[in-house]
Amino acid sequence: MNGVRVLVGTRKGAFVLTSDAKRERWDISGPHFTGWEIYHLKGSPVDPNRLYASQTSGWFGQIIQRSDDGGKTWHQPGTPPGEPTTTPEGMPKGESNKFVYDTSPETGKPLTTHQWYDGTPHPWEFKRVWHLEPSLSDPDTVYAGVEDAALFRSTDGGKTWQELSGLRGHGSGPHWQPGAGGMCLHTILLDPNNPKRIFIAISAAGAFRTDDGGKTWQPINRGLHSLYIPNPTAEVGHCVHRIAMNRSRPGVLFMQKHWDVMRSDDAGESWHEISGNLPTDFGFVIDVHAHEPDTIYVVPIKSDSEHFPLDGKLRVYRSRTGGNEWEALTKGLPQSDCYVNVLRDAMAVDSLDKCGVYFGTTGGQVYASADAGDSWAPIVRDLPAVVSVEVQTLS
Amino acid sequence: MIRVTLPPHLRKLAQVEGEVMLNVEGPVTQRSVLDALEATYPMLRGTIRDHLTQKRRAFVRFFACSEDLSHEPPDAPLPDAIATGKEPFMIVGAIAGG
Repeated sequence: MNGVRVLVGTRKGAFVLTSDAKRERWDISGPHFTGWEIYHLKGSPVDPNRLYASQTSGWFGQIIQRSDDGGKTWHQPGTPPGEPTTTPEGMPKGESNKFVYDTSPETGKPLTTHQWYDGTPHPWEFKRVWHLEPSLSDPDTVYAGVEDAALFRSTDGGKTWQELSGLRGHGSGPHWQPGAGGMCLHTILLDPNNPKRIFIAISAAGAFRTDDGGKTWQPINRGLHSLYIPNPTAEVGHCVHRIAMNRSRPGVLFMQKHWDVMRSDDAGESWHEISGNLPTDFGFVIDVHAHEPDTIYVVPIKSDSEHFPLDGKLRVYRSRTGGNEWEALTKGLPQSDCYVNVLRDAMAVDSLDKCGVYFGTTGGQVYASADAGDSWAPIVRDLPAVVSVEVQTLS
Repeated sequence: MIRVTLPPHLRKLAQVEGEVMLNVEGPVTQRSVLDALEATYPMLRGTIRDHLTQKRRAFVRFFACSEDLSHEPPDAPLPDAIATGKEPFMIVGAIAGG
């Protein structure tokens, strides 16, 4: 059966929505992990039934959940209940929720501090997983972007996690500062043509790229201009909210920065602004049409202190020209008294013939368009505040 | 048997209802009770005390026999009523927020 599975993370649990390819009727399963914040869920492109979820709580910390049946059942991939938590030699066994920064002398001894909001040194402290990015080739390999900003990888299906410490240790780490939402690594893009190349983004450090599978990293922020930092064109310090690519053209990147929508045609080596005629270029989400690599979507938000749509009108903006020329998409979206936000991980596209576009709001609605944005309808409403939306196209 | 009560979020995570019953070898202390709890329910590791430092998480409290033991040393003996199973060792999520 062709169909779509939408994975929704909210402030109080996870929801799984499924539909056939018409995308008209939706079955809703959930809430899963009730009461916990679900920052992100994502499925493996290799095995669509393999899902990973980040379950987190200010009280009880970080849990990683895994499903091997498309979200029907979940388990923590570490040591099963009732089994010893240590090996016969006394060594700890796999624990799915253990994220420990690398301080080994061989790989980093890194970096014990970053900058706090006031510019003073602050120790790196693990808080939560913001984003999970399954490998494009192996269902047991998955990357995790965490707060305080770092990149981890599991190669055993989420049982154990190791930091790719070259990112924090590449040189600029001591100058990174948190954004309003914390110092989070929120975007991970894997290059489908080059398994050694990964792009990541951190608020508020900027974008980075590795070309050797995560050993070494370089900042890729040339061309960004941020008036809110002491040096507007600094190598790091930019509050990048989201980066997106079309898989057919991974050297072209689109970015929603704190303010400004940006584009790079050289894998991040340089960026130029494409905000064009947007009514405001502040926002969080950005995504690219599955089949048209120059068709991109953003949801403009009024300002950095007013996190809601301009004039109370929820409008997705679409550019079919790779930026600069934008059209408002309003059909089916509330056009008065709407004051929700759309968070950075809360937009996704499917890859059906007519590309579907999906986004979730802090008001608990998930809107979907089965015609590439021309018209919209809520496929669920009144959920807890939506943090993330991912889509799997099933065949 | 040692009786332990968990906050609702952790009961769900451990897939248990009501109190948890544990066998604890040797002296009954916060550490030995939590070690036994995590050995039986490994999914709780890291949720009550930090993975590395083994310190109590900031928003978790320990109570027993109407006393707040959150700040007692982890190797201090727990009250006899806990050791004999007369009273439960209570793990409580701090009330915070609104």
